[in-house]
Amino acid sequence: MNVFPNVAPGPTVRELANPSRRAVQAGWNVLWTGVTGLATLWIVLIVGVILGTIVIGGWRTVTPTFLLGNPENGMTEGGIFPAIFGTVLLVLLMIIAVLPVGVLAAVYLHEYARANSPVTRAVRFAVNNLAGVPSIVFGLFGLGFFIQFVGRGIDGALGQGVLFGQPAIVWAALTLALLNLPVVIVSTEEALRAVPRSAREGSLALGATRWQTVWHVVLPQALPGVLTGAILSVSRGAGEVAPILFTGAAYYLPYLPTALTDQFMELGYHVYVLATQSPNVEQTLPLLYGTVLVLLLLTFALNFTAIVLRARLRRRMGLRD
Amino acid sequence: MHVARRWAAILFVLVVPFVAGCGGRDRAQSISIKGSDTMVILGQKWSDEYMKAHPGAVVAITGGGSGTGIAQLINGTTDIAQSSRPMKDAEKQKAQEQGGGAVEEHAVARDGVTVYVHAANPVATISMEQLKGVYTGTITSWKDLGGPDRPIIVYSRENNSGTYVFFKEHVLGGADFVERAQTLPGTAAVVNAVTQDVNGIGYGGIAYSGGIKRLGILGVDGTPVDPTEETIRSGAYPLSRPLYWYVSAKAPPAAHALLAWVLSPEGQAHVTEVGYFPIR
Amino acid sequence: MPAPPLLARPVDHRRRRIDRLAEMAIAASALITVTGIVLIFVFVFREALPVLFDRETQLEANLAKFFSPGSWQPVSDVPKYSLLPLLIGSLKATLIAVLTAVPVAVLAALYTAEFAPRAIRELLKPVVELLAGIPSVVLGFFALIVLATGVQAVTGSPTRLNAFNAGLALGFSIIPVVYSVSEDALRAVPSSYREASLALGASAWQTAFRVTLPAAWAGIFAAVMLGLGRAVGETMIVLMASGNAAITSWSAFDSIRTMSATIAAELAEVVVGSPHYSTLFFIGSLLFAITFVLNVAAGLMVERMRRRLAGA
Repeated sequence: MNVFPNVAPGPTVRELANPSRRAVQAGWNVLWTGVTGLATLWIVLIVGVILGTIVIGGWRTVTPTFLLGNPENGMTEGGIFPAIFGTVLLVLLMIIAVLPVGVLAAVYLHEYARANSPVTRAVRFAVNNLAGVPSIVFGLFGLGFFIQFVGRGIDGALGQGVLFGQPAIVWAALTLALLNLPVVIVSTEEALRAVPRSAREGSLALGATRWQTVWHVVLPQALPGVLTGAILSVSRGAGEVAPILFTGAAYYLPYLPTALTDQFMELGYHVYVLATQSPNVEQTLPLLYGTVLVLLLLTFALNFTAIVLRARLRRRMGLRD
Repeated sequence: MHVARRWAAILFVLVVPFVAGCGGRDRAQSISIKGSDTMVILGQKWSDEYMKAHPGAVVAITGGGSGTGIAQLINGTTDIAQSSRPMKDAEKQKAQEQGGGAVEEHAVARDGVTVYVHAANPVATISMEQLKGVYTGTITSWKDLGGPDRPIIVYSRENNSGTYVFFKEHVLGGADFVERAQTLPGTAAVVNAVTQDVNGIGYGGIAYSGGIKRLGILGVDGTPVDPTEETIRSGAYPLSRPLYWYVSAKAPPAAHALLAWVLSPEGQAHVTEVGYFPIR
Repeated sequence: MPAPPLLARPVDHRRRRIDRLAEMAIAASALITVTGIVLIFVFVFREALPVLFDRETQLEANLAKFFSPGSWQPVSDVPKYSLLPLLIGSLKATLIAVLTAVPVAVLAALYTAEFAPRAIRELLKPVVELLAGIPSVVLGFFALIVLATGVQAVTGSPTRLNAFNAGLALGFSIIPVVYSVSEDALRAVPSSYREASLALGASAWQTAFRVTLPAAWAGIFAAVMLGLGRAVGETMIVLMASGNAAITSWSAFDSIRTMSATIAAELAEVVVGSPHYSTLFFIGSLLFAITFVLNVAAGLMVERMRRRLAGA
């Protein structure tokens, strides 16, 4: 009996159970599992080769003298301490700028904003699109806005000649802060979402104001997520070179940056300079590998900490990974 | 929130002295030098030795190309610009307008732009005509230069390089570089590229050419001239050129002291150590 | 006398002031975010305006010159400002990156979302995070020193630093973003779709390709757009590993000069306000506009997918 007269009869149960048909199906299964499995393997291979060559090329160079010494002899010998110092300082300044603004913006989006109000939508739009701006455009912005506009403006007001209107660590830090704002906002929002509503309601029921609730109840519980965002932004800030190319990174400085208007040496920029402009490429190759390894170790240590924190946060939220 | 308060306090304590120092370094004693990649190793040597001999002086060197240095001079963000090509009149004018004073030009060393090829390349000499042909794209195979039948891979510098401009004017006669010339950001990158490429050819300052093969350039009478101190001093080597320092009108007096030291016999002795030649 | 009930207590004035301050700070922070992106628009486009409006700049650099065929020689007695070699360079690098990265990332996402045993899924996530964490300057270094030699050995290309080398490394840098967004999209497909398909007799892979993948299509498309946007804007990799020659050709083994690398290489040497300076900002504006459009498109796609699946 044909239940659906308009539909062509499909395979019967006997046909479906046909061993050769099942063999063909099994064949396709193996093929596709193989192909996609290979794709996965390819990714693992890429990561392995990249990290492997860097570790093999650089582990011998990374010694305490390397980490604490200054570059010597036209950067063909010596250490990278000024670059490490500059990177740490840069990132510190960036965090001071980005963390308060990012956390408060996320608090706005999650605790105060009315869903679908034009302001909320504008802020979300801004966050999404800030994340997509190319890093070189941030560099252009740093030059065009911070140095040329704000810096020159300050110089004009102070009347002391060119002081702020040139590449400086403060401008590089602010540029990186803007670049990392979406990272902090997204991580903080994720953390705020993890705080159960009952905690807020309980606090409000006890007579606390909204801000008191946020400051004394919600934010402390959201701290791991906020820290995750901070750490991820630090790791990105230490690695991005394009935004600092014209906003303050220098090739070789005989002093460590100690003022906001100083230029600075930086790990990522040092890698770029050593790879493309060092005077004796043979001699600098081990130094180059060493610097890359240090940068990678720094980035990975930070990312790893962020991942661990995020996993702890997710477990609290009850989500499975 | 006690944890947060503690961290905020720590950060505050670290930052305040920093911000308090935001008046910048002691401008009178610190000199910034930016510019030529060809000269950056020389500038670094000079600054190292000068700071050793005069404790208290602070000299900061950045590369980026002669064009970069000159632009920074005009923009007012450096005291001294190192340049491997002379400043154009229009540039000097702009520097004067925006800098509030004339820029001083000083030749501080001599260089011979060297043509590099791979060590295994059998070609040993080249004429100016042939060099122009290679870099404008009319000569594309090594067999036209007396070598094997293989394509010539042309390496050049970025357009912010003084060496690029010098080469364009003196070898190409103002013509454009061939499109497919790979542009690299520094002389070291050119040397690195040619070292790894059997078919490569590149050019750059003589100080970078240790460890790579240099081509002798056919002089006026057709005999090959190698870049050495005598041929460069006398001008027999066709691509010899002076290297310049341009001092801004607004540079601190310490900059002129440095300049005087650089031009003294003591300073000029270091020039040979780096691989260039003294100006006198 | 017993304490007055909570709600009848007079409100602390100091408390109110702190609250108001806090709320002002919160509003200001949200505003900074919006102002940030607006400012980027304004200041990047502003420095490019002379190319469009200033007569003197236009003598040297104008739209007609930008988009007519020619060469890119901005430092010359007769400066040439054709953007076509740069556009083609960016296009070639991006295309190669997408072609080498998207199939790998999407297939791997399919594998981990549908078929991989839990152990492999747990292994792959940190590996992809590792790849995502590698700074682009390190990838550029790897492409310059190691990959270029390898690629030259395998392909026998005469040029060591070319579009293929840079495109391959660029692909590495976008694999994480395409993989994660695709995997999220595939996981978001309700299991009822899968179960229904399997119940009708389809095999696991037939289900994956004919039911799950099409359902997640919008999300995967968004992933590709995001990857595309990252590839177009990426600077350090192409700056170090592509040869930086402004060649107009379609060969994958010629050197290229991308828009982003041009800005990075030349911005330091321009005099502020010169035609060259304005041109570089114009290129930056172009880059910004392209990535902006791609981002908005990706966002719309994700929204569409969310709506479609929620409606099911």
